[in-house]
Amino acid sequence: MSPDPRQAAAERPLLEVQGLVTTYGHVEALKGIDLAVEEGEIVALIGANGAGKSTTLRAISGIAPASAGRILFAGEELRGLPAHRIVAAGVSHAPEGRRIFGTLTVAENLRMGAYSLGSDRGAIAENRERVYRLFPRLAERRDQLGGTLSGGEQQMLCIGRALMARPRLLLLDEPSLGLAPLLVKTIFDTIREIHARGVTVLLVEQNARAALRLARRAYVLETGRIALSGPAAELLADERVRRVYLGAG
Amino acid sequence: MQFVQQLINGVTIGSFYALVALGYTMVYGVLKMINFAHGDLFMWGAYLGLTLFTLLGATALAGSAWMVVPAAIAVLLVVALAGLLVERVAYRPLRHAGRLAPILSALGVAFLLQSLARNIYGASWRTYPSGIALSGGVTLAPGLRVSAMQILALAAAALLMAALSLFVQRTRVGTAMRAVSIDPVAARLMGIDVDRIISVVFLIGPGLGGVAGLIVALYYGSFDFTLGWTFGLKAFIAAILGGIGNIPGAMLGGMLLGVVETLASGYISPQWKDVIAYAALIGILIARPTGLLGERLAAKV
Repeated sequence: MSPDPRQAAAERPLLEVQGLVTTYGHVEALKGIDLAVEEGEIVALIGANGAGKSTTLRAISGIAPASAGRILFAGEELRGLPAHRIVAAGVSHAPEGRRIFGTLTVAENLRMGAYSLGSDRGAIAENRERVYRLFPRLAERRDQLGGTLSGGEQQMLCIGRALMARPRLLLLDEPSLGLAPLLVKTIFDTIREIHARGVTVLLVEQNARAALRLARRAYVLETGRIALSGPAAELLADERVRRVYLGAG
Repeated sequence: MQFVQQLINGVTIGSFYALVALGYTMVYGVLKMINFAHGDLFMWGAYLGLTLFTLLGATALAGSAWMVVPAAIAVLLVVALAGLLVERVAYRPLRHAGRLAPILSALGVAFLLQSLARNIYGASWRTYPSGIALSGGVTLAPGLRVSAMQILALAAAALLMAALSLFVQRTRVGTAMRAVSIDPVAARLMGIDVDRIISVVFLIGPGLGGVAGLIVALYYGSFDFTLGWTFGLKAFIAAILGGIGNIPGAMLGGMLLGVVETLASGYISPQWKDVIAYAALIGILIARPTGLLGERLAAKV
């Protein structure tokens, strides 16, 4: 009898990136990234501006070109798939800068997040209720245009929209960027809650301290390469990380 | 009364402009590209009508105005498929080839469609067989008369535009069309197959344009192979006037151009109607460079 393929997949990480290379013109933005995210983890990617954090997420979700390497998600090769197939496979991406559809209402933005579910009204309504429970503010503003929301509300909409597809893996790119400290805390609490409900999270953050406190493991990117990796608590205590990324002496 | 009469005539012509303008604006919305072949797809709607009426002339419907219904449906389908084909063959391979190549390709398709029509149907003016265009009309007041043809054309245009609005505002694919025109990358992250949405746009825009070609030919009675350039160019202008990329804007721009043109023609002189209409256009664009309802043009390009 052949082994159950699901069991074989369960022994491997949910996401496995090997030797990922991304080139823009003649510039290698990613020079061979290896990383893994286990099912049920929160993993953080930290590093300076331009280190390749966002590019890594964009390559995983198919909107940046990946010229070499492998991106295995639940055993399936994602590299080379069009972006909409990657969403359908279970990877949602809340992009940097939020990219809300400004002239669509909040409800329509959420509807677009569930596009890959087709016209399965039951599942869409269920996901919408879940998002509204997570972000009651979005329910209050459902008929308002996305562009009229405040920065914090747009970030909620951005995350909520990504959750509408019921992803197994959520890619979050700079969710705290440009938000007031109180809102940053709210957003991080929400990420914790999303994770507690069973969603695996790969988080890119410039706020390294907050990210390392939230994550179980982390990778430090430097100019397109992984410079360091390990349990988040160890990286928080690491002398070099503290000096370069946490602004501590 | 004369003013109201002119207004009704203007709205009628304006609704034709609007129907064609929608095709330009929808394509611009999703691809940020001007489909210069759209006017000639519209022109082909008129010629296909001619062929269909000839074929239908051999059926029980011969000589009856009811021939318009099956002809319009067939024209809608055929021109829609032609639009889809044009996108696949001439635009999609050039999607990442910069801004100039797709424009040249579109102009190439425009000339190709035009020459093809001239070679098949000849360069002289053509007219639809008699009996198809509705005769008669309604006198609403002394000096105010609406022809049956006008009522039919207006009703058809209104119906098509209402259906399009419902589709774009209420359906999943229509909403995705708007999402793609706002931010195609974010749309891809939502799981939207952008290529498929572009195909839908290239079915709907030319489909509406083809039916408009049939209606315009019926309304004016005769046409030739330059219809796409003359009338289509005005519809393009109407789309810019309303704010290209904006669907209600195309409808508004079409109506406005039709009314201004008709009023100028009626109150000043038919020879001066284009001078006045285009002067008004330039004036409006100086005041609002992005068109009446356009917002994003300047930011996007």
